Amino acid sequence: MLRQMEGSQAVAESVAMCRPEVICAYPISPQTHIVEGLSRLVKSGRLTPCEYVNVESEFAALSACIGASAAGARTYTATSSQGLLYMAEALYNAGGLGLPIVMTVANRAIGAPINIWNDHSDAMSQRDSGWLQLYAEDNQEALDLHIQAFRIAEELSLPVMVCMDGFVLTHAYERVDLPAPERVHAFLPPYEPRQVLDPDDPASIGAMVGPEAFTEVRYLAHLRHLRALDLIPAVADEFAAAFGRGSGGLVGHYRLDDAETVVVAMGSVLGTIKDVVDERREHGERVGALAIKTFRPFPFAAVRRALRGARRVVVIERTLAVGVGGVVADNVRGALDTMAPEGPAPYLATVIAGLGGRPITKASLHDLFARAAADLLEPLTFLDLRHDLIERELRRERAARRSGASAENLLRDLATGGV
Amino acid sequence: MPAQQIKFYQTGSLVVGNRLLDPDKRTVQADTHRPNALTSGHRACQGCGEALGARYAVDAAIRAAEGRMVVVNATGCLEVFSTPYPETSWQVAWIHSLFGNAPAVATGVAAALKAKGRTDVRVVGQGGDGGTVDIGFACLSGMFERNDDVLYICYDNQAYMNTGVQRSGATPPAARTMTTQAVGDEPGNPFGQGKNVPLIAMAHEIPYVATATVADLRDLEYKVRRAMEFRGARYLHVLVPCPLGWATASCDTIKVARLAKESGLFPVFEAESGEITSVSPIRRRVPVEEYLKIQGRYAHLFGDPPRTDVIAAIQAMADRNIRRFRLWTEVD
Repeated sequence: MLRQMEGSQAVAESVAMCRPEVICAYPISPQTHIVEGLSRLVKSGRLTPCEYVNVESEFAALSACIGASAAGARTYTATSSQGLLYMAEALYNAGGLGLPIVMTVANRAIGAPINIWNDHSDAMSQRDSGWLQLYAEDNQEALDLHIQAFRIAEELSLPVMVCMDGFVLTHAYERVDLPAPERVHAFLPPYEPRQVLDPDDPASIGAMVGPEAFTEVRYLAHLRHLRALDLIPAVADEFAAAFGRGSGGLVGHYRLDDAETVVVAMGSVLGTIKDVVDERREHGERVGALAIKTFRPFPFAAVRRALRGARRVVVIERTLAVGVGGVVADNVRGALDTMAPEGPAPYLATVIAGLGGRPITKASLHDLFARAAADLLEPLTFLDLRHDLIERELRRERAARRSGASAENLLRDLATGGV
Repeated sequence: MPAQQIKFYQTGSLVVGNRLLDPDKRTVQADTHRPNALTSGHRACQGCGEALGARYAVDAAIRAAEGRMVVVNATGCLEVFSTPYPETSWQVAWIHSLFGNAPAVATGVAAALKAKGRTDVRVVGQGGDGGTVDIGFACLSGMFERNDDVLYICYDNQAYMNTGVQRSGATPPAARTMTTQAVGDEPGNPFGQGKNVPLIAMAHEIPYVATATVADLRDLEYKVRRAMEFRGARYLHVLVPCPLGWATASCDTIKVARLAKESGLFPVFEAESGEITSVSPIRRRVPVEEYLKIQGRYAHLFGDPPRTDVIAAIQAMADRNIRRFRLWTEVD
């Protein structure tokens, strides 16, 4: 059924159709509308049987999910930003215990300075926590990915994060196709846990493991992630067959045939990137885009295949590894490194963009792509960085040790027009 | 000639042996069909109060739950000594997640069971004082506030024993730990208001709160049984001496726990919905000195010269407890 609705409500409806039995959540922007929607669905009796637990922190939210999942319930939560960091210890625990919890991460920057707007710093910071990470380009894909996520999580006994850009997607009203609940039920069978807290068959879950077997336990987790590389596209294919539209998978190709320059990105910015690709294609520029839809596990082989033949790779990412540069770009480089037998690896440029909600505009992307096509792009670029503001602040810092808080200084400069 | 009725009394104790009781009044541990939730072979130290307390508490809870129970354990001694991979001492469905989240994990288990209509299965959370009064406290308070259907048991040995005896929020004044050492003008843990979690639990007005010690295991079993008669959040705080951390003889675990109660330093009581409903009176009142002097963690109070000022301050704490909880009245 086609509906015009907010991304968060679409996700809430989608999650509800997956029939979670326990939802534990704590409010944080921009995730909150999702769990508000779910709390309404539970309280009104539309989603039943389901326990909605209002907890006192994100740490408790995920901890309660761990207990519920270990007791055999299909379990869901959602968070953003600081909330994801506050969950960090429990994230690794859920990953290590192999509990198929599904969580929406409404991607948002991490402070300080505190910032509620979108970038990918939160999910990126937990990329090695043992969770699969799927990224949605638009609200339809966000909705669809949740249905796939429960299938993937439960088949592999691994937790899954569905990442969607905070505000950009969560608060955007778009037309979405809500599937009929019966079709979701047919696609997603009831959860059958591998291991469960059962008084009739008591097991000890979460025992201490020393050096004699820790490596093997971790290796098994790695193997399960590698299996996800086969399962994720298979589930995406099955989803396409069942619902009549493509969503998810490992990567998405956009006008890659004959592309000399390939722009790699994740999430909602791909919409703008594809528009810019189309416009530049009209002028004969051989440019295409590669969407990373699964970031964990990282689909090295699929990325390598997609970038075969490219002369330049421009990774646009909404996160900054301070002191290093890109995170996605590092992984893409890992895929290119093994290209040697097939010819020289393309030039890779990292572009840090859209931090803390800064819009990534078509104008900026046109300029960026033009510089890339002219081989003028530096290895690391900060899109739309205000060099004048930076210079002024650096001068202040050189002049006085107590030069004031940088964030406040920059804002004052902006307000006064830099005078 | 009519048979003469013979009465047996144990010496040195006010406790009557189980054998003299009707079978239905005997302890769970006296029953050959006891659950044996925590079996032998675990790696607790000799004289461990926590192992003793946990065995009695969990067995009594399983009996009350008619075998249908799940246990959620915080990180700590109890978790480490009972489940070194690939062994486990637990004969009950058991999960360990993290140090600070056992009450929340228990909430999740209870929520799952409720959603599945399995209200016959009961949930017990447990941890040491560090996992309960410090790092797990937010989760514990949240679980209380929501009145989730969980019995949480704190085995309080008054410091972080698993990491090698460091101060916790439950460490009493003047006690020596590795992070409150017996040096300087005010050796040991500073005096403060303390963090009395049984009273804080009562302030949440949850259905049932009780304290107990391993000196009175029959009372411990009773309180577990009583707690299991309620639904909603319940809290049991059990004093479990630690021979390692307290520097007591392994054979003195019961004795030192008894002295904690008989001196008035550890009030034993139960409360329902925020109101105290019963206290275990002191039977033979002892000065705190008797309790302190057999513990190496207070040895610095008994040097030359002894710290009579500190001992007096601790006695004042005991006296306040006695007045406040009405633990002792001079009668007969």
